[in-house]
Amino acid sequence: MIWAKEETLPREEMEALQTARLKETVERVYHTVAPYRKKMDEAGIKPEDIRGLEDLHNLPFVTKQDMRDNYPFGLFAVPKEKLIRIHASSGTTGKPTVVGYTKKDLDVWSDCVCRIACMGGATPQDIAQICFGYGMFTGALGLHYGLEKLGAAIVPSSTGNTEKQLMFMKDFGTTTLIATPSYALRIAEVAEQIGIHPERDLSMRTALVGSELMTEAMRQEMYKAWGEHMNVTQNYGMSELMGPGVSGECLELNGMHINEDHFIPEIIDPKTGEVLPPGEKGELVITCISKEALPLIRYRTKDITRLMYEPCKCGRTTVRMENLLGRTDDMLKIKGVNVFPSQIEEVLLNIEECGPHYEIVVTRQNHSDYLEVRVELLPQYMSDSLAQVDAIAKKIKARIRVVLGLDVKISLVSPNSIQRFEGKAKRIIDLRNK
Amino acid sequence: MFIEQLSIFLENRPGKLKGITDILKANGINIISLSLSDTTDYGIARMIVSDSEKARKVLLEGGYTAVLTPVLVVEMRQEVGALSSLLDTLSAGGMNLEYMYALVTDVNGGAMVLKTSDQAASYQTLKNEGMKLYTEEELKVFKK
Repeated sequence: MIWAKEETLPREEMEALQTARLKETVERVYHTVAPYRKKMDEAGIKPEDIRGLEDLHNLPFVTKQDMRDNYPFGLFAVPKEKLIRIHASSGTTGKPTVVGYTKKDLDVWSDCVCRIACMGGATPQDIAQICFGYGMFTGALGLHYGLEKLGAAIVPSSTGNTEKQLMFMKDFGTTTLIATPSYALRIAEVAEQIGIHPERDLSMRTALVGSELMTEAMRQEMYKAWGEHMNVTQNYGMSELMGPGVSGECLELNGMHINEDHFIPEIIDPKTGEVLPPGEKGELVITCISKEALPLIRYRTKDITRLMYEPCKCGRTTVRMENLLGRTDDMLKIKGVNVFPSQIEEVLLNIEECGPHYEIVVTRQNHSDYLEVRVELLPQYMSDSLAQVDAIAKKIKARIRVVLGLDVKISLVSPNSIQRFEGKAKRIIDLRNK
Repeated sequence: MFIEQLSIFLENRPGKLKGITDILKANGINIISLSLSDTTDYGIARMIVSDSEKARKVLLEGGYTAVLTPVLVVEMRQEVGALSSLLDTLSAGGMNLEYMYALVTDVNGGAMVLKTSDQAASYQTLKNEGMKLYTEEELKVFKK
């Protein structure tokens, strides 16, 4: 089901809509948001210089630092009285980033999430269990409003108490699961432990995963854990831009459709800031063109992807962004080599002797970066022969060397000894600057 | 003919071995013999215990991975040349030792726990030489 007519607009009509909304937004923020006016004045750009999409690249970027510098409401384009919701990011370093919504913003947000739920196979008949933590985080309430708009029955179970989550799933006949991919796998793991077979004993048929990236190997794990019949799609968003609902995968599983009538994507070289030609890989930059409270212009997402403009088999014409390789933030530089944790995860998920959970520890020894991967040895591959156990570690090491060109240390650990996460998984322990 | 040995995955961190002994103690399981290999990050603790299947189960519940491996337990008198003649027998039969450790029975001697490249052939060879191989039944004396 395609929810909104904007998802199938011919390119010219989409661009005309984007142009009108972009001009209106730039004009508005110039007059209502002091930091924007200052940035534009410094760059020597007036709102009337933005005549079309081709002028977008002249506007200055906005970064997370700008949001922190203007904490809490400095970048808002409406007075406080107009707000009807405020969220904030977890803010692991420094001040949290605060985002606000007007009545219209919430309507648009719900609509965007509703589109993404439809893309992923959800229907108004579904019972949708939201296993995201409710609170200041945008994920849970974003999906909540979107699925409610669709007409699904919401089970706002939040995170935690996984056994009870499973009881609800079984007793209510939950058909749609909303969780991070790692928590979705964790739920299946707990199900097996308490004697519930996810495919046979539950009615689940759709999983909308998000808030952390899902590698292809992880998707295969999802099919293995929940059943081959499942629709497993991921969606993308971030609180600064709105929350979930910026883009999502359709059932063709060929990239995530961006809700382009609300968000204009660009791909830039993260080092120079130059816009890259269509199809090239680089950092995703998003301009919000319909938001009232917090219309970020050219926001640097730090996510690495590429854009695909070819129409999709699903019938949607909106541009797709390739599934993420990782965030520029998560990228580790080890001995000068760029390493994304997702690359290591992909290797681990393809080795049957080890579990899907892992930890990466980075240290500096004798002025050289040193990378250790801790991974669980599955009980059925335990042996009385140290040589055989060592062979598993050597195999993992060799596969990682092929992918990264780096020698890493593999530490096998006991099953269930690596921490499980219900929200975003924290897999990297960087001790280099400690 | 074989004795079930418990092979436990052991991370080389303080308290990990103690964790195993605590679990065994709490479940009334006696360790008859134990061998630890020295390793850097992880290794294998090999044990003959009074109830191997129960031990495997309770260790698994306690977060330890353990498997049962059939090994040979052969009597070894406390006298000069005893080990030498055991090894003579094995090497004459073309068998390689994978690992071996001692099990004490009384002051006069004890037994060697061993795993070779061919367990069934080793059993036969030792038997033909008239060596005494312990059965689960005979080890029961330690299973209190």
